[in-house]
Amino acid sequence: MSSDAVNPAAVAQLPASGVPILDARSVTMQFGGLRAVNDVSLQVHTGEIVGLIGPNGAGKTTFFNCLTGLYKPTSGSVQFVGDQLPPKPRLAVRAGMARTFQNIRLFHNMTAIENVMVGMYVRTQTNALDAVFRLPRHRREERESLERARELLAFVGLTGSGDQLSRNLPYGDQRRLEIARALATEPKLLLLDEPTAGMNPQETRQAEELIFKIRDLGLAVLVIEHDMRFIFNLCDRVVCLVRGEVLVEGPPAVVQNDPRVIEAYIGMPADSSSDDSGQTPSVGGDDNA
Amino acid sequence: MNAIIPSEHKIRFRFVGRGTGITAAVLMIASIMLPWAYTGAALDDVSYWASPSPLQIYFAILAGLLLVLLAVPLVGKERLGKYAKLVAWNSAAKVAAVTSTVMAAVALISIALELGGLINVMIGAWLALGGAVLSIIATRYLPDSPEPRLEDVASPRWLQILAVAVIMAAGLFAAATALGYDDAGSFLTFAAFLAGVILVLKSFGFFDWLSIAGAANNRVLVLSAFAVAFAFPFTQNGSDANMSIASQVLIFAATALGLNIVVGLVGLLDLGYIAFLGAGAFTAAILSESAYSTVNWHPPFIVTVLISGTVAATLGLIIGAPTLRVSGDYLAIVTLAFGEIFRITMINLDGNDGPNLTHGSNGIPAIPDLNFLGFDFGVSHVILGVDIGRFANYYWLMLILLAIIIVVFTNLNHSRIGRGWVAIREDELAAEAMGVNTFLLKLLAFAGGAFLAGLAGAVKAHHDVSVTPDQYIFLESAFLLSAVVLGGMGTVLGVLIGATILKLLPEKLRFFSDYRLLAFGLLMVIMMRFRPEGIIADRRRALEFHDKNEELAEEVEEELITHHAHLNPDPKGFEL
Repeated sequence: MSSDAVNPAAVAQLPASGVPILDARSVTMQFGGLRAVNDVSLQVHTGEIVGLIGPNGAGKTTFFNCLTGLYKPTSGSVQFVGDQLPPKPRLAVRAGMARTFQNIRLFHNMTAIENVMVGMYVRTQTNALDAVFRLPRHRREERESLERARELLAFVGLTGSGDQLSRNLPYGDQRRLEIARALATEPKLLLLDEPTAGMNPQETRQAEELIFKIRDLGLAVLVIEHDMRFIFNLCDRVVCLVRGEVLVEGPPAVVQNDPRVIEAYIGMPADSSSDDSGQTPSVGGDDNA
Repeated sequence: MNAIIPSEHKIRFRFVGRGTGITAAVLMIASIMLPWAYTGAALDDVSYWASPSPLQIYFAILAGLLLVLLAVPLVGKERLGKYAKLVAWNSAAKVAAVTSTVMAAVALISIALELGGLINVMIGAWLALGGAVLSIIATRYLPDSPEPRLEDVASPRWLQILAVAVIMAAGLFAAATALGYDDAGSFLTFAAFLAGVILVLKSFGFFDWLSIAGAANNRVLVLSAFAVAFAFPFTQNGSDANMSIASQVLIFAATALGLNIVVGLVGLLDLGYIAFLGAGAFTAAILSESAYSTVNWHPPFIVTVLISGTVAATLGLIIGAPTLRVSGDYLAIVTLAFGEIFRITMINLDGNDGPNLTHGSNGIPAIPDLNFLGFDFGVSHVILGVDIGRFANYYWLMLILLAIIIVVFTNLNHSRIGRGWVAIREDELAAEAMGVNTFLLKLLAFAGGAFLAGLAGAVKAHHDVSVTPDQYIFLESAFLLSAVVLGGMGTVLGVLIGATILKLLPEKLRFFSDYRLLAFGLLMVIMMRFRPEGIIADRRRALEFHDKNEELAEEVEEELITHHAHLNPDPKGFEL
């Protein structure tokens, strides 16, 4: 219901193309005898936040890696903005897909601002000769990159931390810096792999607001997460993967009350999720819409 | 070591300690008026009464530093004001005591060895050493001082520029003096003095302040460094031996800077790098007007240099394209093999086993000196009344080339490309996932570094007069790598210092040449244990080596927090 209230703005942008930005069809990933991802199809539209949940080992991160070109799916196809996705991570980034990692993978001995500027690599053209002779293109791009990196740091709430080595940042800030670095690649689709892992509730709430802000920029967001309260607050649509297969797909309210999902997450009390359903209407989303 | 003396003792005896230390420093200064050796054949003559030699005066300077460091705090904390806390007086005094002991001991041992026995050591040297040892014991009783924070002192711009200029002039003087000592004893004693002054200034907090001052006046720093390096031949009075060493140092440093791109920035281990220097040298030799040149085309040197660089870079591409897909140990093995393949190929291109390009192991001799617009590099020129010899000419040429290489290195480092390189070093997979074209960048680093080495090689061919394959053995690659690691990976200044040390020491310590490799091995082990980031630490790298323990502590803490958050999901109950 709440998602209906939020969606119109996003949907308004859609009809122009009508096609989903990401269209994964029957993706299967086989490692030897292990079928980690089995016949998974997923569509993501611009301005949409889609959640990917599932117990440990369900194949969520493997599916992510198939989408971002880190793995080449055994079968199935991934269409991105209407084109077949190139099977190389950096080409996927060039096409407009950016990701963060489950265990933070920042460039630890570079400053925060340098980390973000590495993200801009794919959108800048300075070559070795420009840099060696400090030609106008180099100077202009350096100036613009620096300015844009500062903006991005401010956007994720890291104003003033630009000159710190990223390893010295607090944990929550490192997660946000990773998002800033991903945004620096000017993505159309942002893939977040457990963005709130290890965060305290306060930081989780800030992360939620940040993701709504990103969605409002007109990006599509695909989130892997374990924190149920977080994912049901955040997402317009939730996909539950179990043992490499799609178990349920639908609006949060539907998925969260599905007995199969509850069963898949052994130990998650049924009543705690129904407690949440009352406040599911995304608070942050309403604020930002 | 400080823990030996309980702190309550330190407080009780600190005045005794300071008093004894001052007495010891006065004794050390007085010792230079006494003869140190029985005859004048050691340490450029230290056998006179009341007529100190330069080395004795240097010792007095070190002892004088100790005296000042001990005496100034006597004026009281009130009068010292902020300098009571910002300067580590006591720590610096301790360092001064230890280093002056080392210097006295080196001098004493040198005298004994060069004159044939301890009997030749006179009262002055014993007094110097005794005083120094006494000062060590005395300074042990001083309380420890806090970390120096001299860099917090706001200083006027003229003072910063003056300090930079003075340091540069001191550096020029030190380099000229060190090169001037022909016997190993004097050289080592002087080296001990230099190391002592540097360590005292460092513990005093001076270098932290200087690096701030230098950063604030970057242009002045760079220009004055270049000016000093340019002026160096004027201090040598036409001595070809010293200028030959100096120009070799520059060639070595230029090559090490190229390697620094590959090893220091991108983090790829290259064990065959000397082959690129060799490729440049052989190309320049073959294209030179030597009678033994095997090609009938002799372009002007400016063209030859570029061709040499290009040939080396092409080799870099050829070796890099297939091998950069492997990483870590495999890359090291492949590059090691490449270095050997290059050398053996050069031996085999002798007309019997292959086309005659290099005359095999005889190489190409009699490479003529360069001649730029009538400026003949082979003859001496008198400039400002000083004889500027052949090697000084090459020294200047290399200096210009080195300046170009430094500019290339720095500009690349501070660009999109340099950031990509460092990102690859930090986490290659994450770099690839952020859109960095890792393969292309690694190839660029390989080819770019090879190009720079090729440029240096072209000058080296003319400098050395002949080029033979046996100059480009694996050991040279190992020394290049040592220079980069010893000096500080990823830095310019560090690699310059590392290259200077590794090239200068063997020249000055010839008597030691049998144990040279052993000494280098020991030096590297000691460095890796106590200062793994090298003499000059790269800002990005310094942390990498030192805070493993802190990192662990942080991780544990984080885990606790996470646990806590799970156990106690109520946000109100969890406030940091």
